[in-house]
Parts: sequence; structure tokens; C-alpha cells
Amino acid sequence: MSAAARALPVPDAGPLLCARGLTKSFGAQPALEGVSFDLWPGEVLGVVGESGSGKTTLLNILATHLAPDAGRVSYDWPERGLVDVHALAEAEKRRLLRSHWGFVHQNPRDGLRMNVSAGANVGEKLMALGLRHYGKLRARAEEWLGKVEIGPERLDDLPATYSGGMQQRLQIARNLVTEPRLVFMDEPTGGLDVSVQARLLDLLRKLVAELGLAVVIVTHDLAVARLLADRLMVMRCGRVVESGLTDQVLDDPHHPYTQLLVSSILQA
Amino acid sequence: MQPIIRVRGLAKQFVLHTQDEAHIPVFSGLDLDVRAGECVALAGPSGAGKSTLLRSLYGNYKPDAGAILICTDAGCVDVAAADPRTIIELRRTTLGYVSQFLRVIPRVPAIDIVAEPLTALGRPAGPARERAAELLTRLRIPERLWRLAPATFSGGEQQRVNIARGFAAAYPVLLLDEPTASLDPDNRDTVVALILEAKARGAAIAGILHDEGARDRVADRVFSLTPAVAPEPCPAC
Repeated sequence: MSAAARALPVPDAGPLLCARGLTKSFGAQPALEGVSFDLWPGEVLGVVGESGSGKTTLLNILATHLAPDAGRVSYDWPERGLVDVHALAEAEKRRLLRSHWGFVHQNPRDGLRMNVSAGANVGEKLMALGLRHYGKLRARAEEWLGKVEIGPERLDDLPATYSGGMQQRLQIARNLVTEPRLVFMDEPTGGLDVSVQARLLDLLRKLVAELGLAVVIVTHDLAVARLLADRLMVMRCGRVVESGLTDQVLDDPHHPYTQLLVSSILQA
Repeated sequence: MQPIIRVRGLAKQFVLHTQDEAHIPVFSGLDLDVRAGECVALAGPSGAGKSTLLRSLYGNYKPDAGAILICTDAGCVDVAAADPRTIIELRRTTLGYVSQFLRVIPRVPAIDIVAEPLTALGRPAGPARERAAELLTRLRIPERLWRLAPATFSGGEQQRVNIARGFAAAYPVLLLDEPTASLDPDNRDTVVALILEAKARGAAIAGILHDEGARDRVADRVFSLTPAVAPEPCPAC
């Protein structure tokens, strides 16, 4: 009934990320209206809804790729407390994105550098954090490729020679090698074959539990949400129409739109 | 001793917005206490709300009114009002749920599915697997299947893997949704023994137990639900 039974680390710590009143329009078109939530350390928040519901806009605002028209995103920066991420200087923003956060794109080509080797894709993020020793970089890259089930013999290959599923796993390794506290994922299993999806989901589920990662995952696939997310937000037309414990929202949906979403799933 | 489960004034109805706004009342004003070491069998005809009550106790369904207090040494939590994080923590430490249907997680071996509630409680992998192996053995799952993901198991094997998982940890509260349904007599005896063991260690148990033989052996009393009287729609003619 529930996703994995697992411990949420540091129960008495405050929220890791607070979103308040996030609002965004593109021209006359409202994309996001007054979205607020808290994300706790180690918590996986699923954001579901159809295309155009504002899911991706929300993710891009949280990750500072987009600035909101109104509202605020605060992040609990260790030893500094809550900082307004959109008010940070560019250099600080880069540091945040590089060392505290990760971002897994739906299309791995958006998250990988396609013209350097798989090993370099993973090692590069470590170098950005100051690690210079070639042997150590290579060893860490190999270790992380192993964690995402890519053999060491593929370390020097270009990502373009990988299958779609492998590219997505490589993108995940590139994101997690720096041991971020928070990872944003935009439809990470979209566009993959079902068998490849299952493997990726199992891997994500394991890594999230092992590393105690907090995750905001956008998906239109309710089965993916059920498997990975502790909590769900259902979005429609830029607003959150329902939220709660994942299995409660899916098994006892209250809002008409959530009921429609849940009842529209085809039984395999 | 205070009851572990205290339900007060619980009400639930389903409103089906996509089906002509149908209102389906299930129960209202429901009170129920279950003490440590006690097993209460939920009874009533189909549609009386047995599963709805059980799922509400687990935080899977959201009641419209009333309280569901789960009280342990750590204090009381009102499941009907708690936020998702609190429910997740309560499920990890306190609430066990045994249903007939295993939600298969791709690629995870049966033994790890059974051991997971223990590792989530911080038990090392070794002892957790030992307990899982003991349960799988008692429920007659052949050892050659333990390392396989249950997606390809028979329905009965999946059901028994799920039962093993439900009994792996010593939860203070156990919620049983027809755990003995469609089991052969030997496995039914095993489940009865597992329920009796849980009672003996002080678990508060509420369960739907259609099988009368099993019910008589484990239940201390029966809590009867009656179908809520829905206002009959007037015939259109």
C-alpha cells in the first residue's frame, strides 16, 4: 500500500526547503498561482498532474532556473539557516546547484555533456568542488557508474554511444556523485521502455533511501509516484488542488480532478 | 491499561465527483477500543465498511470526522488528523498492515521485501534476513524462490510473501485484511499461530477474518458494522 518503509532522517530538524505563494505568468497566461509547501530532509515529494498543470514551471522556479513573479523559495543552507534562493548572488547560486542540489532532466541530453566521456561527466562535478587527483576522480567515477549499474569498461565511452536508459542512469550518477541533499527530477522515467523504467525506478528508490535524499519529483505517471513519493501534490491549472500522503491521495482521492486522474489509469 | 487503538465518533462517506456526485455513506459515530494483546474481529456484510475502517486506521483513507488515536509509550497520534510525515513514522514504528495483495516492487527479491520493515527499524541486514527466512519457511515459500522478485510468483505465493512481511516486525498494532483468505489449511494454521504470537507479545489487533474457524481461534470479540442507510433515490418513473 505504501512506498518503501524507511526511516526519515533527522525527525526534529526543520524543513529543508520552503515554498511560499509561488506565482508565475508567461505573458497573459498564468502558469503557477500561489503554490506553497515545505519539504523535509529525506522526504520524497511527488508532483503530479497533466501537461500544462504547472509542474515543470514549479520545478524550474524551485531550482532557480526561473524567477517567480511573486512568492519565495527558502533553503536551509547548513550553518546559515534559511536563505531566499532567488536573492542569492549568481556565484552562490552556482555553488548551491553544484554542491547542495541536483537536477535530473527528462531528456538525459539536457543533463549530460555529450562530447566528453561518461567518466568525465561524473568526474567533472567533483572537479568543480575542488577534487583534482586524477586517480581518485577516476575511482569515484567508476564507483558511481557501478552504483547505477554501468560497467567500468564503459567509463571512457561517450554518452552518445549509450542507450537511453543508460544515459538516464549516467545522468543520475552525475547528479549524485557530489552527495547532494536535495534533487529535483523532471519526469526521470519518461520516454523509457517499461522494462528500463522498472530498473531505473528500483535504482532511484534504493539510492534515495541509502543517501537520505530529499527529492521533488515531477511525473505524470501515478505508478511512479506511488513507488517513489512519500507525499503527493496534485496540480491543475497552476494550482495545488490536493495534497497528502501518497497512498491516501491515490486510494481515497477527494478532489474531482484527482478522482478523474486516478480513475483514468488503465489497468495492465 | 489504556487501549492502544481508540476510535471516537469516526465518520466516512465517499463522494464520487466523476460519477454524478454520488454520495456513499459508510459509517458515522463509530467508536472502537482495542487493547494490548486483544484481537477484535471486524464483522458485517459486504459494504458495511470493514475495509474502510481498517484502511482509515492505517491512514490510507481520510475520514470526514472523528478521531483515531494510536497510543503507545511514545504518546498518542490521531491518525485522522496527523500530517503525512507523522503517519509515515507511525507506520514505520507502530502500525503493521497485512493485506491479501502484494504490491510488487520491480526487481526486489522476496526475502528483502519481507526483511524491509525490520531494516527500516534499524535492524542490521543479517538478523533481518534471518527473521525473514524464518517467516518464509513457516509460510512454506520454497527457499529457491527467496532470491527472486515475486512478480512471477503465483497469487498464493505473493499473498504469503505479503503476510510474512506484515508479521516481520513486532508492531504494537496489527491491522489484518483477510490474511487467511484462500490459504490452504496448513498455511492458515501458520497465520493463526502468527496472530496468536503477536497477541501474546501484546499487539493490539483489528482484523477482517471471514474464515470462521480462524476467527474463533484468534478473536477475543467481534465488532459488528452495519451498512449505513443511504437515502434511496426515488425511482424516476
